[in-house]
Amino acid sequence: MTALEIAALVAVMAVVTFLTRALPFLLFGRGGEPPKVVLYLGRFLPPAVIAMLIVYCYRGTGFADPSGWAPGLIAGLTVVVLHVWKKNNMLSIVGGTILYMVLVQAVF
Amino acid sequence: MNRKSLAAAFPHTVPVLMGYLSIGIVFGWMLSAANFHPIWSAIMSLTIYAGSGQYLGVELLANMAPLANAAFLTLILNFRHLVYGLSMLEKFKGMGWRKLYMIFSLTDETYALLAGVQVPDDVDEKAFYFSIALLDHLYWIAGSVIGAAAGALITINTEGIDFAMTALFLVIAVEQWQSAGDHSPVFLGAVGTLACLLVFGPESGWFLIPALVILVGGLLLIRPRLEGLGMPGKGGDMQ
Repeated sequence: MTALEIAALVAVMAVVTFLTRALPFLLFGRGGEPPKVVLYLGRFLPPAVIAMLIVYCYRGTGFADPSGWAPGLIAGLTVVVLHVWKKNNMLSIVGGTILYMVLVQAVF
Repeated sequence: MNRKSLAAAFPHTVPVLMGYLSIGIVFGWMLSAANFHPIWSAIMSLTIYAGSGQYLGVELLANMAPLANAAFLTLILNFRHLVYGLSMLEKFKGMGWRKLYMIFSLTDETYALLAGVQVPDDVDEKAFYFSIALLDHLYWIAGSVIGAAAGALITINTEGIDFAMTALFLVIAVEQWQSAGDHSPVFLGAVGTLACLLVFGPESGWFLIPALVILVGGLLLIRPRLEGLGMPGKGGDMQ
């Protein structure tokens, strides 16, 4: 991958991220009420999108042998339990990731 | 912005300092583990400045994703920013050139601070907001650079470190779950996406496009039921 290709991808992500933050100011900065359907989607789409992205993260799961699904399942459950229990972002993310690395490198 | 407003803002930003350093370090480390020079970590944190967006960015870079694919995924991941902006319209009024930076730097954490913080009496309100936004951004850049440098210098087997993205989304999901009154959007998202994955296959992630159509369509269908509820909490505390 060339530096130019990397820069292009980073630029696209930067511009789109900025646009999502700027859109409300561009559309509704001069007064005017946002359509109710926009407010509705803004409230209820995020949890659906996060669920979608979790499925996306697990898209490579295979069921031929335990190494295809067990590390992701065990580490994922650990993250959820840790977070419900301690509510500490760093502990949940770093703990779950280290466990996953140990599982894929040394166990399965 | 001046020393006084920075000093007044700093104590309020300490929780974000801890959070951004740790999440930023993991981001930088992942990017180095995917064989990208640490300078890219700094550039991404300077110009994109979005936690989950940049975690996803590592994956997009590692897979050399098509630009349209990257744009689409970034867009849907950041859709929640729409709500943040709407509730900041009034706060950012009259901030002049700083307004552009305030909009750029409106992450979940900065939003949460700005939404809840009490401006001290002897500090200029706008300078105080700007200081919070700037400090948070600096923490994020610092964490990313530290992580990227560590990842480049320390050579351990990093296989599986990309699970950090999954872990981040799971954490956000737990927080959203606990603050939501109704969980049907979560089930809709999971089942709808799973169905598209089974039908279209996992290649290159394009199954997310029909999935998103199903999510938006499904949400519009159940709108009468969901609108009957009170305001749920905002999305997770993570970006």
